[in-house]
Amino acid sequence: MTLCLVRTGRSRDVASFERLFVYFGPRIRSYMLKRALDGPLAEELMQETMMMVWRKASMFDPQRGNASAWVFTLARNVMIDNLRKAKRPQFDPNDPAFVPDAPEPPDSHFEQDESAKRMRQALSTLPKEQAELLHMSFFEDISHSMIAEKTNLPLGTVKSRIRAAFSKLRSTLGEER
Amino acid sequence: MSQINHHISDALLLEYAAGSLEEGWSLAVATHLALCPDCRKRLTLMEATGGALMEDIEPERAPDAEKASWESMLRRLKAEPVEQPVSEPDTAQTLAVNDQAVPEPLRSYIGGSLDNVGWRRAGIGAAQYRIPVEGDINVRLLRVGPGRPLPEHGHGGRELTLILHGCYHCDDEAFGPGDFSEEDEDTVHEPVVTPDGECICLIVTDAPLKFRSRIMRAFQPLLGI
Ligand SMILES: [Zn+2]
Repeated sequence: MTLCLVRTGRSRDVASFERLFVYFGPRIRSYMLKRALDGPLAEELMQETMMMVWRKASMFDPQRGNASAWVFTLARNVMIDNLRKAKRPQFDPNDPAFVPDAPEPPDSHFEQDESAKRMRQALSTLPKEQAELLHMSFFEDISHSMIAEKTNLPLGTVKSRIRAAFSKLRSTLGEER
Repeated sequence: MSQINHHISDALLLEYAAGSLEEGWSLAVATHLALCPDCRKRLTLMEATGGALMEDIEPERAPDAEKASWESMLRRLKAEPVEQPVSEPDTAQTLAVNDQAVPEPLRSYIGGSLDNVGWRRAGIGAAQYRIPVEGDINVRLLRVGPGRPLPEHGHGGRELTLILHGCYHCDDEAFGPGDFSEEDEDTVHEPVVTPDGECICLIVTDAPLKFRSRIMRAFQPLLGI
């Protein structure tokens, strides 16, 4: 998929874009459906997201992440604009006051080869209660205090499980810190 | 920017990554992210997690419906003006070399540098500037003179602080430019600005602050904080 995305960006190749659409379209629609609870709207927001993929494909940088991570951020932003109708302040890497990343040592590899597959494998090693919290965080429009209420867990427990989940993911992916 | 020691928690950063965080909180989070490559790296992992979870969703639609969906997509593509690649917006403006430079997204909210902010007096040795945002969230810049305490308060809700300039001490810990502090329990803390200069920070709260100290309580109606 990463290759298709790169091709779509470089040569405006409709066949590559169709492959992206076939793969991501239904997944984006399901994501939107979970947050919108409205079929036709979910379809519309999926199409809007794929339009963004088409327009912005040339800005995708495979050194900085995999295709599904990138497509997810576009879907999320379409969701925020259209569903939550909220503003989402974002940092601007071209801003003169932005503090850029330090040059990466050549063997540090999270961005470079964190393939979607490795990411999914790492996720599958999480304890069930941690994985469920991540699901709720991404797919339901609720804050962590609302998750705490819904699951009858103290807020502190929700937070410590989230912390545990990401520290496990970081260590599974070989990025200890 | 000097070394940053106090970062965004995983839980808060995840709310931002998932797109569930309101504008006011996001403003503090995103401005810290502009200053902090470490937290951006953690954000990248969270977005990859979101991507992987989205990929794991089992698609459920009939092939016919998918075909119709693609055809409608193709119609949109054809309606799209040819070759109009979206490039990064050009923000090649130059900022005055000035250690009070504030990064985006906060800079646009305050209309430039901290020097131009319309400060209003807020008690002795302190000034504030309110930043309007959506919802019931209170966002303001607070400017406190050298050696002075930040207004002391206990609170029921969440409170985020991002230091933009200067330093303060709080419970034996030092906080400097770029440092991020996050409270959401009923804590009482009393940050005190270091004697060498004033401190300017961005404070985001979801409940009116309740001042605890007797002196400050007397001022509270005047300050309108
Ligand atoms: Zn940080």
